[in-house]
Amino acid sequence: MATTVGVVVFPGTNCEMDAVTAVEGLGGSGRLLWHGDDDLSGVDAVVVPGGFAHGDYLRPGAIARFSPMMGAVARFAADGGPVVGICNGFQVLTEAGLLPGALQKNRGLKFLCQPATLRVETTASALTGRASVGDELSVPINHFEGNYTCDDETLARLRDEDRIVLRYVDNPNGSMDDIAAVCNEGRNVVGLMPHPERACDELLGSADGAILMASLLAAA
Amino acid sequence: MPGVSDLSPEPLHRALGLTDDEAVKIDEILGREANGLELAMYSVMWSEHCSYKSSRIHLKRLPTEAPWVLVGPGENAGVVDVGDGIAAAIRIESHNHPSAIEPYQGAATGVGGILRDIFTMGARPIALMDPLRFGPLDDPRSRWIAEGVVSGVSGYGNAVGVPTVGGEVVFDETYRGNPLVNVLCLGILPTERLVLGQASGVGNLAVLLGSSTGRDGIGGVSVLASAGFSEDDDGDKRPSVQVGDPYEEKRLIEGCLQLLDEGLVVGIQDLGGAGLTCATSETASRGGVGMDVDVSAVPRREPGMEAHEVMTSESQERMLAIVEPDGLDRVLAICERWEVAATVIGRVTDGGALRILDGFEGEVLAEVPAASLHEDAPLYDRPRSAPADPAGPPADDLAAPSDPGAELLDLLADPAWVYRQYDHQLFLNTVVGPGDDATVLKLRHPVTGEETGRGLAMSTDGNHRWCAVDPRAGTALVVAESVLNLACVGARPLAVVNCLNFGNPEHPEVMWQFSEAVDGMGDACRAFDVPVIGGNVSLYNESAGTDIDPTPVIGLLGVVDDLCSRPPGATLVDGHRLVLLGPDATSLAGSLWAAAHGATAGVLAPLDTDLHLRVAVLVRSLVVDGLVDGVHDVSAGGLGVAVAEMVARSGVGAHLARIADHAALFGEGPSRVVVAVDPERLTEVLAAAEAAEVPTSRIGLATGDRLVVKDLLDVPVDHLRAAHRDRLPAALGSGTTNR
Repeated sequence: MATTVGVVVFPGTNCEMDAVTAVEGLGGSGRLLWHGDDDLSGVDAVVVPGGFAHGDYLRPGAIARFSPMMGAVARFAADGGPVVGICNGFQVLTEAGLLPGALQKNRGLKFLCQPATLRVETTASALTGRASVGDELSVPINHFEGNYTCDDETLARLRDEDRIVLRYVDNPNGSMDDIAAVCNEGRNVVGLMPHPERACDELLGSADGAILMASLLAAA
Repeated sequence: MPGVSDLSPEPLHRALGLTDDEAVKIDEILGREANGLELAMYSVMWSEHCSYKSSRIHLKRLPTEAPWVLVGPGENAGVVDVGDGIAAAIRIESHNHPSAIEPYQGAATGVGGILRDIFTMGARPIALMDPLRFGPLDDPRSRWIAEGVVSGVSGYGNAVGVPTVGGEVVFDETYRGNPLVNVLCLGILPTERLVLGQASGVGNLAVLLGSSTGRDGIGGVSVLASAGFSEDDDGDKRPSVQVGDPYEEKRLIEGCLQLLDEGLVVGIQDLGGAGLTCATSETASRGGVGMDVDVSAVPRREPGMEAHEVMTSESQERMLAIVEPDGLDRVLAICERWEVAATVIGRVTDGGALRILDGFEGEVLAEVPAASLHEDAPLYDRPRSAPADPAGPPADDLAAPSDPGAELLDLLADPAWVYRQYDHQLFLNTVVGPGDDATVLKLRHPVTGEETGRGLAMSTDGNHRWCAVDPRAGTALVVAESVLNLACVGARPLAVVNCLNFGNPEHPEVMWQFSEAVDGMGDACRAFDVPVIGGNVSLYNESAGTDIDPTPVIGLLGVVDDLCSRPPGATLVDGHRLVLLGPDATSLAGSLWAAAHGATAGVLAPLDTDLHLRVAVLVRSLVVDGLVDGVHDVSAGGLGVAVAEMVARSGVGAHLARIADHAALFGEGPSRVVVAVDPERLTEVLAAAEAAEVPTSRIGLATGDRLVVKDLLDVPVDHLRAAHRDRLPAALGSGTTNR
């Protein structure tokens, strides 16, 4: 049986099929999970994909976190199930309290869609189990609100507990401590602003994201 | 109709933008005097923007047919068969005047409108392109417009979830008072699912989907899009600009595509220019039927709206679906899932009358033959005359530059500041994105997502400088450049869409330019065997009585037959030889360099269409066969700018010889491509060119950290890259703080 990855769809989500394509390209199976349902239908892992859930009204992720599906995702995460939030999905996970910190507007106050070089900082996470610390990966970013921030105490904990999963080599958006991805205490929930699903095919410019998506499949 | 007649003391039809003759014709059609609501409906449908009344007699001269054309001009979008059971729908439109007044919303709603045109055909929109033209960078208002427009495209396009994969950005004096914001959209659909915007089946229901109807955009097509700007009226026209909501549009797209997937709609039509009047009359007349519209059923954003406001509002994110009564419950259920409002507002009737009613059984507020609204608009053959003094002082009289290196740097501008703000990668199709000669997208099945191993390629091109010098030859050169752009990514052309941006058609010089441009385009398209499958005419691009330079923009769609690797792009590899493919003939007339010195008149370099096709075929095969590692079309700025852009993008220097003078460096002419060739493959490349009967010049070597043109210039690569990269960020704001 192929590993099944559930991909959450809110109205306004737009990267759901890209996530499915990347998962299926690596031998997994993708299944769309509608925001209004509260049943994960037995998936082995969850991706909360990119896009503009509920139009980013109020602020990104602020409405999505109240959906029945996010309740199911929280229970899945609490049981140790692997959950990865990509871009808007990262914003949803912070709003839902599954990850610490918040994503504010980019330092330059512009939307940015461009390649970014990421350094793998830990392999103890649902997103990086197959990578090596120090690996540099070219993975695109595509966001307006990707500037990670948290209070000093949280930052100290993230550092002490080795929960900063990826850092930007050349910080594009002003993120605190160059943070591109963090994980929860259980290391099974990871949020990242870059889009690994967009970097799984050399024809599209980079296949460096495949090791991250493969790590998620392996963690399931 | 007190609300209408109070607008102005002059006769109502004039206040609505109708001429006296047009008012008489309306009364003749109706066989009685038209009431205010009827006049309002005719005024929007017979506006220049909707009826093409000044341009239609000329557009008939364009070639529109080919075996692969499924839908030609006149529908919501052109459609071609691209093989593997897949059809591509493509359309381009202008949103020039709204963007001049309210840049963010003007551009945003331009994006929204073009998307609806595409999914109206049953296609999923997969890519946008944005050819943008603004006034000069040193003009604060032009910078404000540019920033707002780019933000609007970014804000709407990114959120609605359709990638913006290419376009152009041009800054020039001619657009100071009237920017051009053109938007192109590409969609794909299974060939068998093609849907046309028509109603049929008496008793079927017209269901209005999406946003409620407000007072925004009333008279957008007539008051705003079909008249020029005077000195100080942009404040007055702001209420005619619509406001966009990409989240509503995203849900509308998904809802409509599901309705189409389940076969629940007989016909579907977007509400764009002229709003409900256009959607109801066009669907009815295309289907050869009539329609009763209950205007009181239309959900409204505010109380107190009158019937004529509801019928002409251009509120965004609305669609009209024609459904069978039996399917209505399922339609409403799908709409509820996607949180899309759906209201039955009309019934298909026999006979052909469009009746606007206050309640289906209530008072008849208007009754007109549906077809007369969009088929009986008057056609004008407006007077044409060539301008006496075409383009100012002759370019050939300009003195040679004292510092050609500095002048070359001044011509460079990397558009990355613009396209970095656009999601250009969504859907995992973008093999070559913005910033290259043409865009390449993977062609995947629209329903199954299965890869075909082939690609679609697209470019948008315009050159107002060439077209100002000679609209006929200039437009042909623009078409030729598009064909070559596609060749540079290994693609062959299939079809053209055009956006014809011109000045005031009541000026005989403008109508002459228009007619000449149409003929230039027609000649070139026939020579290159690419039909024109759709277009948009934007007239009245003028400000304070001055018309813009003629700016026909060409969108070219093509296919890459075997997409197994990324084309090399405009880059250099150290140690590679630089070869110019194509003729030597260039001209400074209409060139970027000459325009920077205010003298562009003269004669454009000639286009030999046979040679051009040979060059295009050669370049395509060199790219597909992997024989070149860098390739770049020589266009605006001539050979100097072409090589400088390859240097800027690669960071590799170049040493050029055999460039005689500034005219050879900056002169522009068609059918020219620079390629970077591995020395070991040079013989093979030159032999291929000789076999194709394409002239070649070995112009130099890629190497080192300087761009050197013997006896003309010597510039460090670092300076060149900085000039290229920093031009737009320095003028428009850094965009990102790490650069």
